[in-house]
Amino acid sequence: MAWTRQILRVDLTKGTCTSEALNMEWAMDYLGSRGLATKYLVEEIDPKVDPLSADNKLIMATGPMTGTIASTGGRYTVVTKGPLTGAIACSNSGGYFGAEMKFAGWDMVIFEGKSSKPVYLMIENDKVELRDASHLWGTSTWHTEEQIKKENQDPQIRISSIGKAGENQVLFSCVVNDLHRAAGRSGVGAVMGSKNLKAVAIRGTKGIGNVANPAEFQKVTTEKKQILAENAVTGEGLPTYGTQVLMNVINEMGALPTRNFKDVKFESANDISAEAMATPRETDGKAQLVTNQACFGCTIACGRISKIDKDHFSVQQKPQYHGASGGLEYEAAWALGAANGVKDLEALQYAQMVCNEHGFDPISFGATVGAVMEMYENGTLDEKKIGLKAPFGSAEALCELVEMTANGEGFGVEIGLGSKRLCEKYGQPELSMSVKGQEFPAYDPRGIQGMGLTYATSNRGACHLRSYTVASETLGIPVKTDPLVTEGKPGLVMAFQDATAAFDASGLCIFTSFAWGLGDIQPQIDAACEGDWSEEKLQEVGERIWNMEKLFNLEAGLTKEDDQLPTRLTTEAATEGPAKGLVAGVPEMLPEYYEIRGWDKDGVPSAEKRKSLGL
Amino acid sequence: MVYNTKLKATDLGTVKHLVIKIKRYVMQKSLYIDPEKCTGCLQCEMACSFEQTGVFNPSQSRIKVFNFEEEGRKVPYTCTQCDEAWCMQACPVDSIKLDATTGAKVVQDETCVGCKVCTISCPFGTINYVVETGKVAKCDLCGGDPACAKACPTDAITFVDANWTGLDKMRKWAAKANDASL
Repeated sequence: MAWTRQILRVDLTKGTCTSEALNMEWAMDYLGSRGLATKYLVEEIDPKVDPLSADNKLIMATGPMTGTIASTGGRYTVVTKGPLTGAIACSNSGGYFGAEMKFAGWDMVIFEGKSSKPVYLMIENDKVELRDASHLWGTSTWHTEEQIKKENQDPQIRISSIGKAGENQVLFSCVVNDLHRAAGRSGVGAVMGSKNLKAVAIRGTKGIGNVANPAEFQKVTTEKKQILAENAVTGEGLPTYGTQVLMNVINEMGALPTRNFKDVKFESANDISAEAMATPRETDGKAQLVTNQACFGCTIACGRISKIDKDHFSVQQKPQYHGASGGLEYEAAWALGAANGVKDLEALQYAQMVCNEHGFDPISFGATVGAVMEMYENGTLDEKKIGLKAPFGSAEALCELVEMTANGEGFGVEIGLGSKRLCEKYGQPELSMSVKGQEFPAYDPRGIQGMGLTYATSNRGACHLRSYTVASETLGIPVKTDPLVTEGKPGLVMAFQDATAAFDASGLCIFTSFAWGLGDIQPQIDAACEGDWSEEKLQEVGERIWNMEKLFNLEAGLTKEDDQLPTRLTTEAATEGPAKGLVAGVPEMLPEYYEIRGWDKDGVPSAEKRKSLGL
Repeated sequence: MVYNTKLKATDLGTVKHLVIKIKRYVMQKSLYIDPEKCTGCLQCEMACSFEQTGVFNPSQSRIKVFNFEEEGRKVPYTCTQCDEAWCMQACPVDSIKLDATTGAKVVQDETCVGCKVCTISCPFGTINYVVETGKVAKCDLCGGDPACAKACPTDAITFVDANWTGLDKMRKWAAKANDASL
């Protein structure tokens, strides 16, 4: 079966924890994780709910493959209504926490209401209780993990928590597990903070002993691991360089958004690249990158473990940052670096560590700083207002602003609102590089046209993880398409969106899709789960999830206007590189996308489409 | 078979000794762990627990991966199958037996009484009590085909000639020995 068939409902208002049976009918239609948790959420909350009110719910959910021996089977998803976007929020994380939830016997945990005081949830298999977290409130995710393990005298507990950013309801705060893995986007951490829920701590020793066909499962998962091992991206590129392998590649394409998307190439891209991370520093002769690290069950191991230069200005006399810690991934290195014109690799690593420590999304944070720097340069903001000089390229400003945001001090409070609210407040809404209030990641849609439509239509706001057409437009996976044209992209985006939703719902990592298609995850799911899981069915599950999320957003009050890119990208052409002279062609792609989705001209799924998907 | 001429049938200690001698003519393999290659994915723990208990359950794995976060080091650790095995010597009911083919010291579940003396005597902590079964559990080399080594995606855990666990390291240094550039 692979599902534990048990879910845990935690009423934070009443302080109760109750077990209930998983709705297996829904499991058959939505598979798990992203799909199943979203189904529960849309059935249980009013889409118009204030995301930070007690009426919102927050769900942590695993998929049927989570906690199995399938490669990358360690993912869990945090689903809620997002405070940054007002849309569905659905953030996925690796590490070890998700598998531990399964081992303890739970497919998902639903949090509802609001606790009157800070609490954390302790799960030891069937024994579940809410415990006082007053002593943890105001502390970092790192301290919270250490303290919970210490006071329970159990180093094997796995923990997911919020830092000060989540407590302060920074609108892009995240939920951090295993020190440096995060359900990173859309402000899911702020929802946890609004409920006075500091952490979830789990020790699971039951394991998963109910896969449907163990012999077949062992055989097929072993075969599929071999495909990952032999693939150039998953077998070599990602383990050696991490996602940072992209920095120079995307820059060469003229698709590396620089200085708040004013430019499409960063002259110092090489200084913040994977290659730079692996090069010994002049100062101490050591490379920043120490090693790679896997999440639970992952045979790719793309994670970066880095050590900062302890003489760097940002960490002098701060020994807590001198040890090895989660290192720079591509999106973070871009947002903290190129998006602000900052080329100091050590400063980027420092900012990354503070984001992990206090729990906020480096993409939204970095991109918001980019908008702040642009407003500083155009005179809208000044040193007095910000509290420091903040021109593009200032590593000092980046490091100070990351601390101010973490601690909720001074101008950091305003950065914590995200770029959309910040730019609106200062009368320059067009400078927020976001869709639905969520900041773009690291691909310029003028140079990679499919990503423009990806950002515009992503149900959780601008995001690269909903349809990573970069794979096709840059790497030729599964087929090579021209990144500079819009023709055929609506269909490509739709196919990626639906397949990604199915991957996410299974509990596997989307990074496997560089080597695997639905046809590769299908036999693994089929061997593990009861029911008949064909490729067509997975395709349909993906499409159903996508439409369900869209319908939630429409009911929440979002419209076609929320599927648009900022005017900079649709009116200001790229100034250099292969995309020179091009703008993002979203306006011409969007009608076609709606049409092939079976949605009307306003992006509303037709009655026929809803019926065919059972929505 | 020269040993027969020297053997007194009643000398039990000598017989034990000779059994060990005989086993030494059989080529044995040993788990060889290279922590530098470990990514911390826990495939070994999953494979071990599934082989031993039929359940994917790292908490029942006889190999454990330790993550030294501050240094970024991951280290898989399990029983080294000591020749003079302290656990075996300490067992008061003789429930840990030598598998002469593999060299593994194997817990006999039928007779183990769960007294835990072996867990105290083992200097390395690699034999542990299991509450769920009331017995102790340790690595038994899966009867000569260890699941952890097969599952490891990076060759951090390999199963190699027990007499030559140093071979890879020797090769690495040997490669440098003749290199004029060094």
